[in-house]
This record gives sequence, structure tokens and C-alpha cells, in this order.
Amino acid sequence: MAMKFEKKSEGEYLLDVQGYVCPHPQIYTKKALEKLKSGDVLEVLFDNPSSSESIASMCDSNGNEIIEKSQLAGKFSWKIKKK
Amino acid sequence: MEKEKKSQRWAFVVVGFFVAVSLFAYFESELYVYLMAYLWFGFIYGLVLQYGRFCFASAFRDLFAVGVPRMVVGIMIATILFGFTASLVTFTGASTFHPAPFGIHAFIGGLFFGVGMVFAGGCASGSLYKTGEGNGVSATVILSISVTQAIFADIGGWANKFVPESWTKSAAAKGLPAAINVTDGWVDQYLAGYVWNKPVYTVAKWLGVSNESFTGAFVGNFLLGSVVPGALMLIIVYLVWVRKTYVKRLRQERGGNVTFADELSGYWQMILASKRTAIAGLFLGIASGLHMFVIEGLRLKFGVGNAGQILKAIGQDYGLSVRGTVFDPGYWYVTTQEAQWVGWVLHKLGWDNMDNIYFGYTNGIPNPLFNPADWMSLALIGGAATMALLHNEFKFKKPTKELATWAIIGGFFMGIGSRLALGCNIGAFFARVANGDPSGWLFGFGMIGGAYIGVKFFNWWTERKMAKEMAAFDL
Repeated sequence: MAMKFEKKSEGEYLLDVQGYVCPHPQIYTKKALEKLKSGDVLEVLFDNPSSSESIASMCDSNGNEIIEKSQLAGKFSWKIKKK
Repeated sequence: MEKEKKSQRWAFVVVGFFVAVSLFAYFESELYVYLMAYLWFGFIYGLVLQYGRFCFASAFRDLFAVGVPRMVVGIMIATILFGFTASLVTFTGASTFHPAPFGIHAFIGGLFFGVGMVFAGGCASGSLYKTGEGNGVSATVILSISVTQAIFADIGGWANKFVPESWTKSAAAKGLPAAINVTDGWVDQYLAGYVWNKPVYTVAKWLGVSNESFTGAFVGNFLLGSVVPGALMLIIVYLVWVRKTYVKRLRQERGGNVTFADELSGYWQMILASKRTAIAGLFLGIASGLHMFVIEGLRLKFGVGNAGQILKAIGQDYGLSVRGTVFDPGYWYVTTQEAQWVGWVLHKLGWDNMDNIYFGYTNGIPNPLFNPADWMSLALIGGAATMALLHNEFKFKKPTKELATWAIIGGFFMGIGSRLALGCNIGAFFARVANGDPSGWLFGFGMIGGAYIGVKFFNWWTERKMAKEMAAFDL
């Protein structure tokens, strides 16, 4: 599955990096967040468990807030609000 | 909910399988306890690696790529703790560790390995545990590392043209058995004509004391060999990647100047930032030291110096080296057993690959079903699968063409790097640094440099892809 980036609605974007292993999910998340405006929300879909720790640490140090986390059968869906 | 329960039931099936193998083997012969020790330590490594998402590749890659230091911290905690338990084991005279030749080859091997682990998305041990999560990309990485090493170790003919004459002469003078044919094979001449001529050190040896003395084990190998360089590395990480954000946050919260006590607090917060990783580091460090102690104890109990004697006694003497030995590191190791199973397959297919040092003189190519180190790696995958299943994180993932290509290229670089440095992130870095062998740091610096090069390339690659995906949006 190829990486997908979509606009869901105004200020809401979706980054689908399912199927990707490290470092792709965290690098794509970082790059996507860099492009968004303050207050925009990015929903990241990924299924590489180790990326969860890296994305969480990255958000913590950059001040971006993870506003929603869900996980089912190895699939992670996180919503991140850009600072 | 039902899915979660099903996943947890599978975890018990995996554990049950390894328990059944152990019991069956034990009732077959008590000697299998030797192989079982490798198996259960492998299982523990798998559990812990998956729990802590512990991957050496992510340590420097995430630091350079996304500024996340958690894994460098975890690795240093694990290395320092392993250093302590290893020193304790060495002090009691039960260490199985042998330091490696010290030379630039360790750095170059690390460089290859570092580039490879970034491309592949995981180091040698990380790819094993991620395979246990059902990750097909990581399984492809393992296959690529295995095939690359097995072939690279036996390449001769045209490759001999790239061997300096001095290596050939020096290798020929070593008096190796004729069956090894040491002057035919790039790796053979590299090992016997170059690497074996390099000195072997430990920090204790530099201090002029024995490894087994208190000063040698605890002051030399542990304090000066592991703790001081490890702490210095973490100080660099704190100053370059963590301090700026920490100080900014501190000033926003309470204003005023930042004192030395604040700096220490920031350093400590960095260490405790990822509880999972720190806990994993703690358990890995303890298990790794205990592993050496147990294997040495079993060698004494069974009166053997190498697992080759065990395999012979249980009637599995296929693929032993000319000296009757097989690969039996006595501690955690990853890459050689991977080369061995492919070496065994190639041999079965008719490739004469026992006329080299790597397989024919030292490690052998025993049947993977009876190879102690293979038991360790298979159990590591099983341990990781168990932990992933228990936490509902197991998922079969077929590699895409793009990721399979990265996995093969990355595995190739890691395979070459491992053979040049005589080990991977575990055998050439983790175990060496923890045992006061300075060549571990040489490999480590190479690995960091390689990771930096790999990240630079990946940044360019992902930037290109993101630009295409985002072209349609006004961002």
C-alpha cells in the first residue's frame, strides 16, 4: 500500500502510512506536520508499533498534541493537533 | 474484544510450543539443556525487545531524522547494565566473552551496517523482533542479511583480484588446514591476512590489569569502558537535541535562569522520558549478563568448550567445522546464525562452502534444527510474537515492492557490514562495549556515521514523495 495524504475537511488531514515500517511513518508524520498550519489536525494511520513511541516522543518535544488515540488489531489511528 | 482474546490465546500457543520443544528435547537427552538455555534467553530478548520497541536502528536514525532521543537512551541504559552484569560475571571467572581485533575495519563495518539498518528499517535484532510482530518487511531483511553473508563469506575466484598481496602472504603463513584453502576467498584472506593480525584489547588490558581482577572488571571494563563513554554520549544527546526544548519549556513555566540543578534534572528527565524503553534496557542488560553466566555454567556441567561437542554427542555431527566446532558465542548474537542457515541450505543444494574460515574453520553449518544460536533467534521471534499478541499488536504485513526493495538493499549492506566487523549491532557493539572491548565503540561510531548518511538519503527520498502527494493542496 502506498503512502496517502488527503484533506478530509478544512483544517483536517489524513496521512495513511499503513504497511510502512520504520522510519517511514515517523518521517512522513514529521514532514506532514511541518507543512500544516497551527491548529490543523492530522490523523495518522499506521500499523508499525515501534513508530508509536517515536511519534509520541516527537509530538511531546515539538509541543504538538495527540488528541485522540485508538488501536485495533495492530492498526493505530492517532489524531495530532499542530501547535 | 473477541479479537483481543483470540490474539491472547495465540500468545499461549506460542509459549506452549517452546515449552513442548524444551520438554521433548529434555526427555530425549539432558544435553539439550544447553540448546534450551539459548532458546529461553532468546525468548526473553524477544519479549523485552518488542515491549520496549527496542531497535538500534531507530536510536540514531530517529535522533537524526525526527529528533527523538528515547532509543539512544534505552540502548545506553541496556549497555551500561549489561556492562555491570558482564563485569560481575567476568570477575567470577565465568565470562564467555572474547574481545575482537581492534582496527579501522570495525569502523568501516559499522558504517556499512549503519547505512543498511536505516534503509532496512531495522537493525539485525530489531528485524528479528519485528518479524515476530508479523512484519513481512523485517522477514525480508533477515533473509537478505542471511543470504548476503552466506555468499560473501565464500566468494573467491574473481574476488581474489581485490585482495592485497600482503593479506594473501600473511594468510598463507597462518598454517591453516589445507581443506580451508585460505588463499582462495576474499573474506578468508581478509580474516587470516588482515584482521587476525590486529591487536586485541580490553580497557582492563590497557590499564595493565587482568579482566578478572576487581580493578579490571569494574573500574576498567565497566566504568571506563561502558559507563563513562555511555554517559558522555548521553550528555551530547542532551546538549544537542533535548536541552533547547527543555530550557524553553522551563522558562515558560517559571521564568528565571537555568541552574546546574535544572540541567541535571533535564538530563534525568531525558533518561526517564520513555518508561517502556528504559524498562526494556534494564531487563536486556540483566538478561544478557545472566546469559553468559548460564552458558559458562553449562559448559562446566557438561565438560564441553563448544556446542560442537554437544551436537556430536546427540548424533548431529553434520556441518561441524574441521575443528569439530560450531558457532557458540556464549552470549547474545544475531548475524552468524543467520548466515549459517542459508549456508546449510546452499550446502544441501550442492555448494561447497566449507572450504572457508567462516563456515569450515570456525562456525560450521549445522542443521538449523539443532543449531543452538538458531534456537535463540527463533525463540526471539517467538518471544516478540508472544508480547505482540498479548498487547494486540500482532499483524501479518505483506511487504510492498517499495519496502521489499529497501529491505533487500538494507539487508545487503548489513550483511556486508556484519562480516567486515565480525558482528552486528549486538555482537559487534552491544556485547563488546559492555565487556570493555574498545572495538565495540569503533563499530558504534561507524554505525552512527552510517545512520547519518542513511537518514540524509531518506530525508531526500521522503521529501520527494511528500511533495508529490501534497502538490494538490495549498500547504
